[in-house]
Amino acid sequence: MELDVLILSRLQFALTIMFHYLFPPLTIGLGGLMVSLEAMYLRTRNPHYEQAAKFWTRIFAVNFAMGVSTGIVMEFQFGTNWATYSRFVGDVFGSALAAEGIFAFFLESGFLAVVVFGWDKVSPRVHFFATCMVALGAIFSSVWIVVANSWQQTPAGFHLVGEGTNVRAEITDFWAMVFNPSSVDRLLHTLIGCYILAAFFVMSISAYYLLRGKHLEFAKRSFSQALIMGSVMSLAALIQGDVQARNLKKTQPAKLAAMEAHFETGTGGTPLYAFGIPDEEKRSVRFGLAIPGMLSFLIHGNTQEPVMGLDRFPRDDWPPVNLTFQSFHLMVGLGFFFIAITLAAWFYLWRGKLFETRWLLWIFVVSIPLPYAANQLGWATAEFGRQPWVVYGMLRTSDGLSKSVTAGQTLASIIMFGIIYALLFAVFLYVLNDKIQHGPEPVTPPEKTKGQDLADVAGQRAGTGGYSLTMPGESPHNPGPTPSK
Amino acid sequence: MDLNLLWFVLLGILLAGYAILDGFDLGVGILHPFTKTDQERRILMNSIGPLWDGNEVWLVTFGGAMFAAFPEVYATVFSGFYTPFMLLLFALIFRAVSMEFRSKRQNPAWRQTWDWAFFGGSTLATFLFGVAVGNALQGMPIGADKEFTGTTLDLVRPYPVLVGLFAVATFAMHGSLYLSLKTEGELHKRIHGWNWRTFGFFLVLFLFTTVFTLVQVPLATRNFDQHPWVWLVVVLNILAVSNIPRAIYRARPLHAFISSCAAIAALTFLFGVALFPDLVHSSLSPDWSLNVYNGASSQKTLAIMRNIAFLGMPFVLAYTCVILWVFRGKVKIGHFSY
Ligand code: HDD
Ligand code: HEM
Ligand code: HEM
Repeated sequence: MELDVLILSRLQFALTIMFHYLFPPLTIGLGGLMVSLEAMYLRTRNPHYEQAAKFWTRIFAVNFAMGVSTGIVMEFQFGTNWATYSRFVGDVFGSALAAEGIFAFFLESGFLAVVVFGWDKVSPRVHFFATCMVALGAIFSSVWIVVANSWQQTPAGFHLVGEGTNVRAEITDFWAMVFNPSSVDRLLHTLIGCYILAAFFVMSISAYYLLRGKHLEFAKRSFSQALIMGSVMSLAALIQGDVQARNLKKTQPAKLAAMEAHFETGTGGTPLYAFGIPDEEKRSVRFGLAIPGMLSFLIHGNTQEPVMGLDRFPRDDWPPVNLTFQSFHLMVGLGFFFIAITLAAWFYLWRGKLFETRWLLWIFVVSIPLPYAANQLGWATAEFGRQPWVVYGMLRTSDGLSKSVTAGQTLASIIMFGIIYALLFAVFLYVLNDKIQHGPEPVTPPEKTKGQDLADVAGQRAGTGGYSLTMPGESPHNPGPTPSK
Repeated sequence: MDLNLLWFVLLGILLAGYAILDGFDLGVGILHPFTKTDQERRILMNSIGPLWDGNEVWLVTFGGAMFAAFPEVYATVFSGFYTPFMLLLFALIFRAVSMEFRSKRQNPAWRQTWDWAFFGGSTLATFLFGVAVGNALQGMPIGADKEFTGTTLDLVRPYPVLVGLFAVATFAMHGSLYLSLKTEGELHKRIHGWNWRTFGFFLVLFLFTTVFTLVQVPLATRNFDQHPWVWLVVVLNILAVSNIPRAIYRARPLHAFISSCAAIAALTFLFGVALFPDLVHSSLSPDWSLNVYNGASSQKTLAIMRNIAFLGMPFVLAYTCVILWVFRGKVKIGHFSY
């Protein structure tokens, strides 16, 4: 019975967090893009920038609504399913979550109203300010939540009080808790992942328009801007990821060993497996391709010194090797792929043929799931690699459960979330597709719509089919997107 | 001030903020089926469109603050309320996305589905909040180890259900007063009628709940003897409540709405007084109740959190006001309706 609740609760957590994490990366990444587009508009007053900003804002809003509704689940799930864990970490983890609410969510959701509904109600400057606040809020929320997560990975700045089932971590040094050994690394890498995702998202839609011969001006502009962001960030992910992996040697060596399926420490240099299927029972890698001494080289900077293997840890403290290994390798593989195709795009851009190279544009169109996958796999690496600990070295995942919750209740809630999320996701894709098919509004010369009343704005929305975060108040001469057939 | 006490008060403020702000948009959802035409339904949704998300953040922050300040309570209550809580999440998700998706298609069946989701989500969420409040007041089976020892059915008792209904009536009234501010013409007239009816429901349930609390929930009144000044809030509450019909009668929707905000704030306050110093009463033994001391995190965390709150809350209040101001005024039916 115990075991069932454990597995079910883990499944439920993985399901809900992975679903939630489909949305925030785009919010974070697109936020940055919208700020830059509006800044360009303010400087040049070129209506093309305004058009682009409005279009991406609309996409942003659909995505945001999903992020918010799935985020609320996350906020309470620690209490419902992981009560013992919550008692243990409340002091530390709770502070980070509360800070997130106070500093980040209020900022984001408050100003989002102005960003989405305020085009005609406030001046472009105020609007720009609101956009900056929304983007900043999104970054703040990633800061606090990643700090909280990193503390679980590499706890610092606390001491343990109580005993038996009453042990809990109490903060002794707030800043040591915030800047624990892995939070900066993890935060940088996560943000990089978000920007890669947003860049590829923009490139995918733009490439689609280019292939369809629609909205060409808009698509070229967006594609080129996103290409800069995408290629810089893909390289940054490689460099930063390498730094992060090296830090694991000190902070979470068992995770590192599992990521590389490195079973025996041995004596000489440690090889690196480019791919393979680790076998935990036989302690070996099947069908693997090993590069001799490479792991030692990456971690220590020389090919001789051995890297600590899983044999140095009790069998009970091993993370699931295969899952960790595969998630990690897939993420890195995807990272290399992103570098490769952005470089290819630069090459064709330099030759002046990018926008005619249909096969390459098609690759961009269909690549859109990949950065999502890379982000998910990265987290899977981090979280599987942390097992069997929920707080690294302190509290086992199996001890973190709620005592009063039964397997039946958990199963029922998984089924409920499964159904709702599947439904939501379908509708989300439908709506997103609608926005994309509709495309940006045609560029209109700047017009004099001064101090328009909310009433009119809302009225237009009412006219075109009702309230929607995703339909910003267009100017009265342009009653917003036409309802789909 | 004692930090534990301070955090009890701050949580109360967050809860009151939530009840006042999300209260009106939940109320709009509860009233949604009483509209007659598609256009009216759109006006209702438009009236809360830009605001509901910001309002809901009060709940999220309440959750985060409770996790940080009173982790034992967060853990016990949320795991104890497991099933109702999952239903609440379900309701909130559906409500949020129904607003988003409703307008995407003309098809009446599509719209009707999301309309029901909107109504159902709002009503269920409100009801469950009330049930939670009722349970906290009446006590939950909490053992010596601070764990919830009952089953979900232990939470469904007459008193919590009554409080749940009272919450629905309160928010419905609050929402209808809000709508009076936001509408004009024909619809406005009809909403004037809603004001009266929802006030009637509210009053009946208010009286019932009060009597039931006085008779059946002895714990709720223990602080009144020690702190007689609390009666002042009771008086203020009664004044606020009685000002509502007066303002409705005089067609002063803003006064009515402010009075109902004040009444909700006063009720939240009284809820706090009734609990204090506990956060949830244990129905098994008074010694096992979770109070502001045995349920709290360390003094250091409470102090850090206090600084965070004092740093952040002024901003939060400032932009809550700004946003309400930017989106003030009536929602009109556009000239371009079809
Ligand atoms: C588009 C997204 C993306 C891409 C292309 C990459 N990563 Fe990544 N990776 C993430 C997105 C991500 C992430 C989702 O953001 C994670 C999860 C936790 C974290 O800090 O970042 C992550 C985790 C993560 C970890 C484990 C962190 C830990 O537990 O401490 C390592 C070692 C790397 N990454 C290394 C790399 C390397 C060497 C890459 C080479 C190209 C790479 N990542 C590309
Ligand atoms: C930064 C915020 C995050 C926090 C605080 C967090 C915390 C947790 C906690 C408490 C668990 C449950 C206990 C456990 O099984 O270890 C967990 C498991 C898990 N998380 Fe995270 N997580 C975060 C982000 C993510 C993201 C963004 C993803 C994926 C997209 C993710 C993927 C997983 C997976 C797959 C598990 C299940 C691992 C397993 O049970 O073996 N996490 N995480
Ligand atoms: C387990 C951990 C997590 C919890 C408890 C959590 C909680 C929440 C909540 C409650 C919201 C809704 C806020 C609102 O109402 O406005 C939200 C949205 C958001 N979260 Fe999470 N979250 C988690 C993981 C993450 C991670 C890993 C990231 C990014 C690195 C993230 C970034 C965001 C962002 C940017 C939003 C804004 C809305 C959006 O676009 O999705 N969250 N989260």
